[in-house]
Amino acid sequence: MKEGMKNGRQEEKSILTSFSKAGKSFSGSAPVLLGVIFLIGLFQAFVSKETLTSVFTGGMFRDTLIGTVIGSISAGNPITSYIIGGELLNSGVSLFAVVAFITAWVTVGIIQYPAEAGILGKRFAFLRNLLSFIFAILVSIATVTTLMVIT
Amino acid sequence: MKENKKAKKEKPYGLVFLILVILTYLIILPFKPEGIHKSIVESGNLLIRIIPIILLVIFFMGIINYYVKPKTVSKYVGQGSGIKGWLLAVSTGILSHGPIYAWYPLLSDLRKQGMRSGLVAAFLYNRAIKIPLLPLMIYYFGMPLVVVLLVYMLIASVIEGLLIDVFEQ
Repeated sequence: MKEGMKNGRQEEKSILTSFSKAGKSFSGSAPVLLGVIFLIGLFQAFVSKETLTSVFTGGMFRDTLIGTVIGSISAGNPITSYIIGGELLNSGVSLFAVVAFITAWVTVGIIQYPAEAGILGKRFAFLRNLLSFIFAILVSIATVTTLMVIT
Repeated sequence: MKENKKAKKEKPYGLVFLILVILTYLIILPFKPEGIHKSIVESGNLLIRIIPIILLVIFFMGIINYYVKPKTVSKYVGQGSGIKGWLLAVSTGILSHGPIYAWYPLLSDLRKQGMRSGLVAAFLYNRAIKIPLLPLMIYYFGMPLVVVLLVYMLIASVIEGLLIDVFEQ
């Protein structure tokens, strides 16, 4: 009985230790996460949908690259990227550029980069974002080409 | 010991970054006070929205610390995890909620316990596929584009993960 109580207390202590370790681990990342949240706030307040839409030129290849760059430096809910993407399509921007834009929006995170580099490592964050940037272009080309073939 | 040193190194980086962002606010404030007010409101709203996700992530981290031992992590998402590891990273990436950065601390903990970097990358890439947002995506871009795009994104996530594994070795 005494043994059981001892084990129970040890288990309770172990659960508490696990959660306190988790809390400590998260609090270590809190400053950089808070910084990213404030940076996103700044972006959302100062960069309007109109500003993002206005940088596209009409050239297919150039716009695909611009779409990837703008998607990479933008932050926020993916819904915003769909709305902007829809507006871009309506104003005649190529599907390649729009797909690259919405893909880069969710896969590349320049604003989140400091948090990713600080918590997951600089090398990992750099490689992941660089590859995601390249893949945003490749995925866009593959998607639109496949769609052309299918339809 | 080494990990402790690393943790001590990471803290100032985060603080320096936060201080730089606050300084940016202070520099812009005299020129665009309304913009800064809007930024603070936007950031506050964002913070309120992600608090439940942060609590969920801390809860997961606690549960993982308690139940999941490094050996288990290695088995399911470690070096020899194979296709099982990819399926786990892809599916949990799709099913996870909230902003991407809220998941970094949990992934960092898992990586310290033996999770492959490629699977971390695949998890992060698949966070781009959000099931609740699919109807909206279909509304804007049509079903064929969304289906084709999602297939290519799944493929890209695995290739990116494999490449990261190669570069990280």
